[in-house]
Amino acid sequence: MSDAPHRLREPDRPWMMRTYSGHSSAQKSNELYRRNLAKGQTGLSIAFDLPTQTGYDADHELAAGEVGKVGVPVAHKGDMATLLDGIPLDEMNTSMTINATAAWLLALYIVTAEAGGVAEDRLQGTTQNDIIKEYLSRGTYAFPPAPSMRLIADMVAYTVEHVPKWNPINICSYHLQEAGATPVQEIAFSMANAIAVLDAVRDRVPAELMGRVFARISFFVNAGVRFVEEHAKLRAMAQLWEELGRDRYGVDDARHLRFRYGVQVNSLGLTEAQPENNVQRIVLEALAVTIGRSARARSVQLPAWNEALGLPRPWDQQWSLRIQQVLAYETDLLDYPDIFEGSNVMEGLVEELAEGARAEMAIVEEQGGAVEAVPYMKAQLVESHRERLRRIEAGEQTVVGQNRFTETEHSPLTDDAEGGILVVDAAVEAEQIAAVRAWRAERDQSAVDAALEDVARAAGSDENIMPATIAAARAGATTGEWAQTLRDAFGDYRAPTGVGEAVHVGGEELEEVREEVERVSEALGRRIKILVGKPGLDGHSNGAEQIAVRARDVGMDVLYEGIRLTPSQIAASALQEGVHVVGLSILSGSHRELIPKVIEELEAAGLGDVPVIVGGIIPEADAPALREAGVAAVYTPKDFDITRIMRDIVSLVAQRHGVSAAA
Amino acid sequence: MSRGAELGRRLRDRDRTAAPAVLNLVESRTPTDRREVDALLGAVGAEATGHVVGVTGPPGAGKSSLLSALLARWRELERSVAVLAVDPSSRRSGGALLGDRARIAVDPGDGDVFIRSTAAGETLGGLAPATRAAATALVAAFDLVVIETVGVGQSETDVAEVADTVVVVVQPGSGDVLQFLKAGIMEIPDVLVVTKADLGQIALRARRDLSAALRSLGARDVPVVAVSSLPPPSGIDELVSAIDAHRERVDLPACRLHARRRHALADFAAEHGERGLRALGGRRAAARWLEDQDAALDVASLTRALEARAAEAAR
Repeated sequence: MSDAPHRLREPDRPWMMRTYSGHSSAQKSNELYRRNLAKGQTGLSIAFDLPTQTGYDADHELAAGEVGKVGVPVAHKGDMATLLDGIPLDEMNTSMTINATAAWLLALYIVTAEAGGVAEDRLQGTTQNDIIKEYLSRGTYAFPPAPSMRLIADMVAYTVEHVPKWNPINICSYHLQEAGATPVQEIAFSMANAIAVLDAVRDRVPAELMGRVFARISFFVNAGVRFVEEHAKLRAMAQLWEELGRDRYGVDDARHLRFRYGVQVNSLGLTEAQPENNVQRIVLEALAVTIGRSARARSVQLPAWNEALGLPRPWDQQWSLRIQQVLAYETDLLDYPDIFEGSNVMEGLVEELAEGARAEMAIVEEQGGAVEAVPYMKAQLVESHRERLRRIEAGEQTVVGQNRFTETEHSPLTDDAEGGILVVDAAVEAEQIAAVRAWRAERDQSAVDAALEDVARAAGSDENIMPATIAAARAGATTGEWAQTLRDAFGDYRAPTGVGEAVHVGGEELEEVREEVERVSEALGRRIKILVGKPGLDGHSNGAEQIAVRARDVGMDVLYEGIRLTPSQIAASALQEGVHVVGLSILSGSHRELIPKVIEELEAAGLGDVPVIVGGIIPEADAPALREAGVAAVYTPKDFDITRIMRDIVSLVAQRHGVSAAA
Repeated sequence: MSRGAELGRRLRDRDRTAAPAVLNLVESRTPTDRREVDALLGAVGAEATGHVVGVTGPPGAGKSSLLSALLARWRELERSVAVLAVDPSSRRSGGALLGDRARIAVDPGDGDVFIRSTAAGETLGGLAPATRAAATALVAAFDLVVIETVGVGQSETDVAEVADTVVVVVQPGSGDVLQFLKAGIMEIPDVLVVTKADLGQIALRARRDLSAALRSLGARDVPVVAVSSLPPPSGIDELVSAIDAHRERVDLPACRLHARRRHALADFAAEHGERGLRALGGRRAAARWLEDQDAALDVASLTRALEARAAEAAR
């Protein structure tokens, strides 16, 4: 290579390539990981199922329908050993998308490595461990904010000393964008979040370690299809991060101040309509995080083209891995120094975003920091998302194939029996339940009891939670048992829903529906009341929130209780609250089990005549079965016009109650 | 038997499964349903022995967590509880978002707990007419009927008209309740609760300040209870006893009679507005006139009596 300043002497090494994967069982996921590594994937990214993420074993009531769906169930050290079988843990770099139960899964990882002769100080990887964004967006929290922050701080303090190559937390701006954040909000809220973590850790480590702590904090970001601005966002984050380290935490070592991040690009913008278009979107988004050398991602994982349809199959994920490989190995991307250096456009964009973010960070700071400002940030996100949907509905923002250029040939990609997605074998849940019960029956129960008692004691004291947690993992305790011990100690928690503060909107379109709501309500004698419910463990509440807010805006009384409800809770609420219609939202693929269960419970409560509508990621092939079970209507991502859904709901209620159609 | 009377009879028989239908009825505004509500309240009668407790306080004071802990304790004592949660969200677009029940942890299979959310009336924390009727009806079947509202100033006045016992909830460090008490903007509650006792010194100080203020207002025997809803909860037993003790002291028939009269006046005002009240010589005069009516009259009869009097005055 040449010495010219516009070329690198040596091309850069590619970023780490991962695929977010895991499903069904530890055994099946292990096979998948080995295959992926053989295909040229360079790191592991473990997707856990929702029960594991929220701290329940497969046989808990809330786990029903969710076991092995969006990830792999890991209940104990035996599962972890199966999952990692044959993978060299002293060489592997493993990212675990785990938050509320991060301390526990890291403990299982450490214990598994230890059993294979690898000491904890040689382990490399990342635990996501960002609880604030769980309250804001993803919903897999388990404990209240204060003890959750303490668990995070404990992990940081522990890993800095004992697992020095581990990234104990990945501050996630990713999920903020998925919840509708603008680039400014994505930057500001994730920085505020990092401040909350660092402030909490500062109290738990010696001052001289703060530089190393700062250096261990990495980010997990998103990239949308507006890839120029998205790239500027990353440069702005790097700038603010360095500022923060210097000014707030007194870090001066340049290596410690470097902004390090991994990426999963945007899923929110992927469409169900003409799903092949998602491939282009994913490529461009991947470009956003790799194009400029000075803000290039350390690791990248890409979604699959069919994520708006259902769970991706190994082949779909391979396609996404190949996108990365083409970018890294075929193009000349890695041959040059930063290509935006000296660009007025880029500098201007970066400055604009950084300015906006500083102002937004100041508001969060005024409220007492990110933990205190969760209700504020949540409400802001709901509001941004509402605005985004409004623009798409109004045609102000183009989504190709969805609200423009909608004429299409038939897509052969979805032609197979399952409609081009992965369907998890229904037997998986029963097998996992049997397996976890067998595990409990065969272990040394008194050792487990003593270890859990020690976890409870540590939780109640000021002691670091990790040693007791690792001991419990070693003794053979389960995910559900560890989490229940902490739930008992810390209390349960429900995050704010953010919908109450969303601004009211008007507009002619809404006015029409509103009048119809008034007319039908008048005939019914009381205002149309709708229950918007999220059964199961799925925490992706954007859709439910937008339905709730819009239903209010058209004049309905809306009962929205947030995420994680059992079918019997939903039925009890519907009965006691006297609702006219029930709307259920599920994105985790558990609709086949949970929706019929809710309908069953409603019937048992004498509410068989209350219409049920369902929204979420529902494969077309599943819709007939849901209608068969009694669902009045099914809405999927292609039904982006929420006002039309409202119109449907009103006429559904009118019809069920014998109210005549509008004049 | 009419629908309303049948529901009333079921409540008298302490059939708590009637509660959802009762609420659907009292919330309805159709003329037929209004008549059924009269029948319902007539059938329920006036001698219900349950306890109507108003729980109110500023937003963010920790009412829901407190209620959750209180409910758990009441259930341990095997008391049945109905909660009428009046949600503060406004009705600007006509619709309202209700979500408070999520913060009250209950077993969905427990038939002895009933929770209903309603949007607030016109004012912050103001009671919708349906809430008064619901409380009057449900107290026949439940040991406790809790009306949860939000606000300081108007809300406890409204609640006091319906509740046998008014509990005001404040969090340490928020001076507004203290100031409102001193300034006489707020009526003296029957029980004061200071939440977040886990905060230690700040909570202790808040409790002391409130006790001092109550003493200076001559309300020495109003208990001030400090509670913490964080695990392990504390002060809940003390609060249960304080609420029970107030119930022992209060003249229940007089309290219910007062509630019926206020209820009738509120119904009348909702129907006939300011003009109607003027015909009665104003709200105060109407309230005084009601004091002289037969104590045995139910809400519907009292409302009709007010209407007759207003019509007479108009002639």
